[in-house]
This record gives sequence, structure tokens and C-alpha cells, in this order.
Amino acid sequence: MNKPIARTLSAIALVAALATPATLSAHRQWMMPSSTVVSGDDVWVTVDAAVSNDLFYFEHQPLRLEPIKAWAPDGSEVKIENGSTSRYRSTFDVHLHQKGTYKIVDARTMIGGTYMLAGKQERLPRGVTADKLASAIPAGATDVKISESQNRNEIFVTSGEPNDTVLKPTGKGLELVPVTHPNDLIADEAATFQFVIDGKPAANIGVTVIPGGIRYRNDLKQVDLKTDAEGKVAINWTEPGMYWVNATASDSKTSVPGATERRLGYVTTLEVLAP
Amino acid sequence: MQLSHRIVLTGASLGAALTPGMALAQTIDVSIAIPRLTVAEYHRPYVAVWVEAPGAPARTLSVWYDFDMKANEGTKWLRDVRQWWRVSGRSLKMPADGITGATRAPGTHKVSFTNGRGPLGNLAPGSYTLVVEAAREVGGRELLRLPFAWPPKPGQTARAAGTSELGAVSVAFKR
Repeated sequence: MNKPIARTLSAIALVAALATPATLSAHRQWMMPSSTVVSGDDVWVTVDAAVSNDLFYFEHQPLRLEPIKAWAPDGSEVKIENGSTSRYRSTFDVHLHQKGTYKIVDARTMIGGTYMLAGKQERLPRGVTADKLASAIPAGATDVKISESQNRNEIFVTSGEPNDTVLKPTGKGLELVPVTHPNDLIADEAATFQFVIDGKPAANIGVTVIPGGIRYRNDLKQVDLKTDAEGKVAINWTEPGMYWVNATASDSKTSVPGATERRLGYVTTLEVLAP
Repeated sequence: MQLSHRIVLTGASLGAALTPGMALAQTIDVSIAIPRLTVAEYHRPYVAVWVEAPGAPARTLSVWYDFDMKANEGTKWLRDVRQWWRVSGRSLKMPADGITGATRAPGTHKVSFTNGRGPLGNLAPGSYTLVVEAAREVGGRELLRLPFAWPPKPGQTARAAGTSELGAVSVAFKR
């Protein structure tokens, strides 16, 4: 009785695994700051960074610390301190010396793909880089499909009065351009954000919003939105709390030789305060 | 020109005495009750008092917090008075003259603000709200709003009653 179900489930899992690019998109990645709004003179923020199913519980994989960078309100880079990676999460500190808005970013480009060899579909090894790509595809491989993933996971923390220096987009990949400041969100006030791809408005892309605390409720409370012609989306915060916002898009503007598709992902964690 | 120079040079109190009409300046009297709470760990609340009007920046009148801790550490929790922090606190440098005060014990506290002086400044005629927000370390937070018209009508008052972190709060006006 149990066996066919188990077999079916493993078949579903296999299909899911095959359909998923070699990125972290099967689960939800996030960074969670100890505070998003801070006051005082000697200010620190501690950040947890993880990949999980439930938000925001560290229960699956840590995010690697190496790609994570922090930017100060004047646009200069700030160092990540006290970094540590444990089984389910990474954690690190940022010392906020300046007043204004900081941005902490995990931006990466990854390559994934499949090919046929001896009648079997094979996958490119996880973490393959553009310069190693040629050697990763064995001789005799056919039907090579390479895709490039540009993912950006970022959070915002403001000490004192917010400013917008770090909010300007870099012009690379999928980014969020705040219309409403990301550290000035309050329940029952809608916020507007613009999404851009390579600095240009990302019209009609999907934006998913999920409030944290999934473990203790049955309803996921996921809201799926689409950006308008200007790449803008308005989000209605129904209650205070931490929210996970994820936008995805794809196009063919690849930078990796041989890649046919570019998958773009954006994640941020936003705190909505009680009125 | 000459007069204003003399006022600056001789100080605000003498200036007030010299200026006709100042003695009759409109005053806002605020009464704030901080309830006595039976809790295992009690800390006096941080309290912010401000005046707001649609479309105008909020004016902070008073902030009671732990201003005398070493290295200004008491400012770390100012953001927990979160509505005040959002509308005004985050753009102020604390401690601030005429605004900062020590935290107050449970009981009823009376504070007065005079039009044209100190943090109240000169209020233009219109509709305003006086807001009192209290946030207590390891405790809760409460915010009360008391609308009033400016200049006040004779006998005008406003009252509100808190249920957790604040008791009765009232505002009265006199000349």
C-alpha cells in the first residue's frame, strides 16, 4: 500500500530535480537582519543567511558567506565581521559606523545545463564557472543546453535617517529600485517598488510576497503579483512582520558563451512595522 | 532689529519679560499618567510626545529616555518608540535641548509647552494631533492620539485613556 505512493513521490521528486536549474531556487534563500531600523551611537547588526523551505527558519542549508558584501550609506564597502557557517545557517555582523541606509548583498552568477551522453541526460556539475565550462562538457555530448542564472539576494538596514545612495541599481541583472524606502514600511500602507533588468524597467514579471512565520499557520499567505509596464508593483502589507519578496524573470541576454537562456532572480527580506 | 539683538544677548527669560504679549502666550498643558505595573522586571517607559498635522513634519515636544547612560547607550532603544522614531526621532540628534528628559516613575506627570518658545515653536492655525507614545523595555508599547484645533477655543480639552503602557492622558490650554 505504501510502496506505490513512495515510488510516485520519488518519481515526482526526480522530475522536480530535473526541472530545477542548478541554482538554489528549489528552496527559498534569505538573509535576516537582527534589526532593520536602528538607533544609537554604536550600532551593529547581526545577519542570519540560509536556504530553507519555511520562512524564516534555518532548517536546510546555510548560504555561503564568501559572495556576501555590505555597502555603507555613502556607497563605500563595509567589511563582514564575525562570519561563521554552521550546518543550517551562516551568520555575520556588520558594524554600522555611518548614519543612513546600508545594503547587504549576495549577488552571484551561476551556470547550469544539461547534455545527452550515451543516450542519457546528464547535468553540468554544480558551481561550474565560465572558464571551466568547456572542460565540463565531455567529448561526444549532444543536445547541450546551457543556462546562466543571475541571482541577487539583498537586505536593507537603516541607522538614523534613511538615505538612498545604496538604493541606486548597479545596472546588472534583476534589481529592485525602491519607490517606497525599504526601511520605511508600515502595515496598512501600500509600498511601491520598481524592478529593473540591467537598469531598464522589468515589465510584466512575477513578484511573490510571503510573510514569515510559515511554520505556525496552514495558509502560506503567498501573494503573486505582476509588475506593470514601468516594472512597478504595489504591495499591500496586511500585517506587520518580516516578508520575503522574490521576483523572477528570464531572457536571452546571456554573458556566458554558449548559454541560451538567462534566468534572473531577486530576493529581499523586508520588515513591516506595526502602525 | 535692535530689539531682537537685545533679546538674544540678554537671554530668553529677560527677553520674554520685555516682550509685550509673551506673558499671555498660549500654553498647551499635557497630563500623562504612567501606570504602576506589577511585573517581575519593571523599567520606566520611554515616552515621546509630539504634535503632528497632515502634510507637515512632526514636532517633537518631549522624549523621556535613559539619556544619562555611559556612551549614550540609552539611545539604542529610542527606535522602539517606533511611530515617533519614524515621524521625527530618526532625524533628530539625541540628546536634544529642550526635548530630552529623564524617564518618569509611575504617576501623573504634567508638562507645558508655550507657543513661540522651545520645541513647540509657532503653530500656524489649523487642526493638529498631540501624540503620546510609550514603549517599555521587556514590556509593551502604546500610543494615544489627542486631536485639537489651533488656536484653541475657550475651554477646549482633549482626553484619551490607555489600557496598558499609558493611563489617562489629557491636554488643556491656557493663556
